[in-house]
Amino acid sequence: MNGHSSKGIGKVIFSSSLGTLIEWYDFYIFGMLAKTISVQFFPDGNETAALLSTLAIFAAGFLVRPFGALVFGRLGDLIGRKYTFLLTLVLMGGSTFLIGLVPSYKAIGMAAPLLVLLLRLVQGLALGGEYGGAATYVAEHAPAHRRGYFTAWIQTTATLGLFVALGVIMAVKGNMSDAAFTAEWGGWRYPFWISILLVGVSIYIRLKMNESPVFAKLKAEKKTSTNPLKESFGHKANFKMVLLALFGAVMGQGVIWYTGQFYAQSFLENTVKIEFMQNREILLWAIGLATPFFLVFGALSDKIGRKWIMLIGMLLGVIFYRPIFNMMLKDADVKKIAKQDLNNSHVEKFHLKNLYDTVIFDMSNLRASNTLDTVISSKSVDSNIITYKSQNNIVFNATSKDTTLIKPETVNPLVKEGKAQYSNVILPNSLKWKFIGLIWIMIIFVTMVYGPVAAFLVELFPTKIRYTSMSLPYHIGNGVFGGLVPFIATLLSTTFTSDPLVGLWYPIGVAALCFVIGALYLNNKIDKNIND
Amino acid sequence: MGIVWMVIAPVIIYFLVTGAIHNISSTGTKDINKPIPWVIIISIFTPIAIGLMIFGYYCFKGEFDKLPESSEELN
Repeated sequence: MNGHSSKGIGKVIFSSSLGTLIEWYDFYIFGMLAKTISVQFFPDGNETAALLSTLAIFAAGFLVRPFGALVFGRLGDLIGRKYTFLLTLVLMGGSTFLIGLVPSYKAIGMAAPLLVLLLRLVQGLALGGEYGGAATYVAEHAPAHRRGYFTAWIQTTATLGLFVALGVIMAVKGNMSDAAFTAEWGGWRYPFWISILLVGVSIYIRLKMNESPVFAKLKAEKKTSTNPLKESFGHKANFKMVLLALFGAVMGQGVIWYTGQFYAQSFLENTVKIEFMQNREILLWAIGLATPFFLVFGALSDKIGRKWIMLIGMLLGVIFYRPIFNMMLKDADVKKIAKQDLNNSHVEKFHLKNLYDTVIFDMSNLRASNTLDTVISSKSVDSNIITYKSQNNIVFNATSKDTTLIKPETVNPLVKEGKAQYSNVILPNSLKWKFIGLIWIMIIFVTMVYGPVAAFLVELFPTKIRYTSMSLPYHIGNGVFGGLVPFIATLLSTTFTSDPLVGLWYPIGVAALCFVIGALYLNNKIDKNIND
Repeated sequence: MGIVWMVIAPVIIYFLVTGAIHNISSTGTKDINKPIPWVIIISIFTPIAIGLMIFGYYCFKGEFDKLPESSEELN
């Protein structure tokens, strides 16, 4: 089919993309439910459990994913694409479902974290083998002039997997109380169980597909590789291209992908303090509206080449990350808003239901006055949390360890200064849409870098070692460079405490380096013939 | 530029090792205070940094001045 027609390509794309999407979904739900998983399987105070928890987070992404790329890449080049990425799907679906069945630490002790760690490692291994197979399989079916467009469907799956994971978790969480969701056998397990249905359907569809025609021809001619690892990384000519793919394309792609979606979500949640459901809603809208652009840029790359679309996406990230994140920080800076409101004397006091009925609360280290009649809005949800609504309709919670409790009959209470902490910020509609727009822009950068990358990688390597050669750099770029964004961001923000955006220098630096290497050494030429 | 890529590689490893030394602490609660993430990251980054050095060396020797026209040339 390659180079000639696109008949039947829809089925090929559907079967490959659905499975890959499910694999991403499976991989993400673990990360998104990390807090609950941690409570159930890795309790605080147990050092061994804490060690296993760290291993589950770091080893799965950084060590096992590239290892999976090698193991399954080799297998895919030896026995074929179809059965290899069928195997990765079974492993991923099975391990995800089983995570949902593991009894808690309370029930079976140390066996619980051990089992979860083991299953998480299997997930990482399977993910490492999936992408290269799916991208190769679609590319080897696609006509040469539309390879970028057709493989871009595979590129949508990572983002759509995130979308589905967010959607399923929100749907489950939205339909039950927090207690029911976080209970030992509560709602947090449903997303894991749902996986088995999705995987079952996907396996059924994939089983009906044929082997890639390009690989089948190679196999019939007995020209397949006997040692894909040696030929990929032991032969200088190919190894050079592996290095070029890693440092000139996928390293930057990994950090752009991670920053635009995961880091943005974590930034909104932990730094801007956006409330859980609204944070996910913002991301869901941005992802939903940006996803078609994977296809747009994939198709465009068939016309103008892959190189500059990917590199411009990186450059835009380098230039605009700080302004975009800064804008989000400023627009929803509740501490500043509280200060302004205090200065404007619009709000100085908040009522709380607690032991003493009323508390005077200094929001921002400013000395509050002692009048009690200037509250804009307050409804206590807890004995020491105030829900506050600012002049521009941002709603947020504030709490402080250092509040002064005042008995109602006290006429001139002394007000102690206290450092407020903020949480659950809910943006008004206009600001919410502005945030959706800002995240959307960052995901557009992702679509530029990520949309054409499968076609780019496929064209870089020969058929007989393609699965192996493209899988390893992809998973190092995406899993290691991308996956390190939160760790290095924490490292930087702990070292340089004055700049809340200092963590962005890591993705900016890596993307800039990758841009320079790519601009200097990558070729913009499209390799029409990938049958060699 | 090849020399730049060759120099960047050991610099990255240097920063990772010093970062580990400064941040690993039994009293800290963040991931950067635990030894395991650092061990994993340094172990995985060392071969990557060596790869960057080799890449720099190839650039320095002009091996990327002309890229293969098709993947057949890699066989």
